Amino acid sequence: MKSYDAIVVGAGHNGLTTAAFLAKAGLDVVCVEKNDYIGGATVSRNLYKDWWYSNCSYVCSLLRPEIYRSLELHKHGLQVTPYDGSVTLMENGDYYGGYHDAEAAYREDARFSRKDADAHKNYSADTMRQCRLIRDFLLRTAPDPTSFKPRDLMELARIGGKLNEMGEDRLGETIRFWTMSVAEYLDEYFETDVIKTALSASGIIGTALGIHSPGTAYVLLHHYMGDVDGNVGAWGFARGGTGAVSKAIAGAFQAEGGEIRTEAGVDKFIVKGGKVTGVALDNGDEVHADVVVSAMDVKRTFLNCMDKSDLPEKFYNRVENFKIRGSSGKINIALDGLPTFPALPKGSPLYSADIHFTDSMERMERAYDDWKDGTWSKDPYIDMTIPTTNDPTMAPPGKHFMSCFIQYCPRQVHGRDWTQEDKDGFQKSVFDQISNYSPDFKDLVLHAEVRTPQDIENEIGITEGNIFHGELTMDQLMFNRPIPGFAQYRSPIGGLYMCGSSNHPGGGIMGAPGANAAREILMDLRRPNTVPENFGDD
Amino acid sequence: MTIVEGPVREAVPQGPLKTPFYPRVAKIDTVNQWHEWKGFSSPDALYCEDLEYFSIRNGTAVFDLSPMTKYRVTGPDAMDYLNRLVTRDMAKIKPGRVAYAVWCDDQGQVIDDGTIFHLREGEYRICCQERHFAWFQAATIGFDVDVVHETEDIAGLAVQGPTSYSVLKTMGVEGLEDLKPFGLIHVDFQGTEMMVSRTGFTADLGYELWIDPAKALDLWDALFEAGENFKIRAIGTHALELARIEAGYLAPYAEFLPVDETIRTGRSRSPLELGLEWLVDFKKPNFNGRRALAEEKRKGSTWRLVKLDIEGNKVADSSYIFSNSKAKGESIGFITSAAWSPVCKQNIALGTVRTPHGKPGDTVWVEIYYQREMHWNREMAKATVVDKPFWFPPRRGATPPGPY
Repeated sequence: MKSYDAIVVGAGHNGLTTAAFLAKAGLDVVCVEKNDYIGGATVSRNLYKDWWYSNCSYVCSLLRPEIYRSLELHKHGLQVTPYDGSVTLMENGDYYGGYHDAEAAYREDARFSRKDADAHKNYSADTMRQCRLIRDFLLRTAPDPTSFKPRDLMELARIGGKLNEMGEDRLGETIRFWTMSVAEYLDEYFETDVIKTALSASGIIGTALGIHSPGTAYVLLHHYMGDVDGNVGAWGFARGGTGAVSKAIAGAFQAEGGEIRTEAGVDKFIVKGGKVTGVALDNGDEVHADVVVSAMDVKRTFLNCMDKSDLPEKFYNRVENFKIRGSSGKINIALDGLPTFPALPKGSPLYSADIHFTDSMERMERAYDDWKDGTWSKDPYIDMTIPTTNDPTMAPPGKHFMSCFIQYCPRQVHGRDWTQEDKDGFQKSVFDQISNYSPDFKDLVLHAEVRTPQDIENEIGITEGNIFHGELTMDQLMFNRPIPGFAQYRSPIGGLYMCGSSNHPGGGIMGAPGANAAREILMDLRRPNTVPENFGDD
Repeated sequence: MTIVEGPVREAVPQGPLKTPFYPRVAKIDTVNQWHEWKGFSSPDALYCEDLEYFSIRNGTAVFDLSPMTKYRVTGPDAMDYLNRLVTRDMAKIKPGRVAYAVWCDDQGQVIDDGTIFHLREGEYRICCQERHFAWFQAATIGFDVDVVHETEDIAGLAVQGPTSYSVLKTMGVEGLEDLKPFGLIHVDFQGTEMMVSRTGFTADLGYELWIDPAKALDLWDALFEAGENFKIRAIGTHALELARIEAGYLAPYAEFLPVDETIRTGRSRSPLELGLEWLVDFKKPNFNGRRALAEEKRKGSTWRLVKLDIEGNKVADSSYIFSNSKAKGESIGFITSAAWSPVCKQNIALGTVRTPHGKPGDTVWVEIYYQREMHWNREMAKATVVDKPFWFPPRRGATPPGPY
């Protein structure tokens, strides 16, 4: 049986990123994946005729340009194209459009409130200030605040310096921002309900919290801190769907001699004397290496694939209590043509934008109430995109692929598993909402893939189908992510590392946890570092 | 819920809008060089920016300033409201007078500057570059005052240059003989009230005309007819910008950034750092930024705005400023606006330097990069800090003004 220098468990984009940087350093690396396809939740699959879906994640902004460039992802087929704007279709027949052009955006705001139009620039500046702070830490390992190692002390001093340089007043604002709710944050700037609603969604996407829950203001940043070609806050589509990202990283990995084994799910990490020696696969095979890296979420890694007795009790308890609640679902739809939205002017560029149907803070919060009741939102928040208005590769000419991200959707329905009837009900609530604004929508549907958190968990493996591998609240960020004392990609087991989104800096198609983990592993192995440094904004 | 079916609301316009004077400006335009100014099309130049500039200093230049942001402030507490908002004492600005003013945040950092017209007792207009409705609304707390956005309700023309008095007089505007700089009068123009202020961005004799947009084209036509023998010309932004630098006036996004749009702390400026201490009245018990500015005055400022007279003729665009001729050590600041002044035949610039550098009379060195036929050259030019505007002719303040 062949043994390797390193085994990476899970061929999602983070696992592949770690694998690629380790292979680039000359390590003999194998990446094992339970499914017969790679990508994890960064995947494009062909489930119906000539349609390709972005089955889970569907847009791209956070992917670190340093990784893109360093792994030469363009040579492996990746192209990320920016797209413009967003729109909220309103119950009264009006709509609120978010435009890329600053003056058009201003005019649209001013239609509702001149005050809000002017406040928007202050809101953007204040939010960008927070983004700038956090962007600096994305490709860095979070320091351990309890450690006296020179590296931790230097990093802590660096963070202190960054905070200090903001000035007393803005530092105060920053601390408030980290802890307040997105609704409270928006109330400080805006008076118009639909404007606040449109902006508030970024505070709860992928999070089992409501817009009035403390800590949701920070979640905004995960939707603003990315960039496309230096345009911070811009979003793009990967040509061919988000699976193109994983494919490109896999291409870079294989070009460095890396090996990918699909249909090779891990049953257990093999631990001997507190050290990992390899993995036992579902099919009974064993693969050996002194370094094993888990790209799975922290719960699946330690609760499902390990003997309890191998772990410290406190660590185990912390992992059990890690918040990774299912809160969102996905419906991917093949369409026979472009649906019409009569409220929008014909040919409006907003057809290519993120389209939403929730126009009040009240409806936003009520959607969360349903989740707390243990069921899917009857009036859900949908983030709908039609990538084929930009991308010619995902559906036959004239046909379209529609991606619907749906919040809220629980892991279990009233404490039990989902039934087909539940799934039908979930789909109906989404389809009904869309067809309220698009009379021809239902007639155009050729095929739909409905994915509840349960489906995502079963298929992809992410606990509760949580898109961020764990919620992005302050108690689970930076040096607290995933577990205090284990925020530097290492685990209590010697040689066993973590590189998934449960780790700093969290979820999204970012690649940063994967890259950071590779850097730590190479440091432990005393190998030259292949992971690029942060470009820096200044 | 029922299916929503039309009527379809038109999308808000994309791209720049047209000002009330656009039909006339576009008609004389021959170079088709435009930019967007606060949502409106504004010309860079109309036929030749060098010649346009000389109409400011030699005849009469007409510039469409309708895109300037305008707010109307009325109500019993209008003056008290403004007094808390801005740093200078507005009680001293009587009806019929105009005040240049700056307003700050609580940290004493400049949000914007602008002119405040005391139109009639208790009725004001704020005219500025940026939009501040959210801030101006928030600042009404505790005052019986109305703030209304009126940018699109008023068309504005700058009429600047040595013959501007004669042009307006020929057009039939009465009462200009006694109108001093920073004064305003209301006059009749073809049955419509027009406000005339002796203000401008050029440090020359000049006026600004403010009128109902419906009368804009009539005003343009009457003005150019009256100016026919007084070398009247319409100009674009580039010509005005050159005159602005000669006058030593500040421009947002050049000499300062509005603090509420800055992301990095320390990239904004206080009025004291912009040479505007004369606009800060510490005798007022309370105004936005007072505490921070008093503290800054006690401790000293970090930055100082400088006007530089630079030797040679290479324009010092985007240059670093050094304390020595060898560019040793860290730069002490950088140039924010620079030009060759055609009227002064001087190489001039505005810049920002760290204190204690940049006192009037000090010598500093400017690192200038300039290109000649593809190749780049570098020059360290000696510069003197001056404290007066580069151009400030007696005719600017003469009352009554001379005919040319």
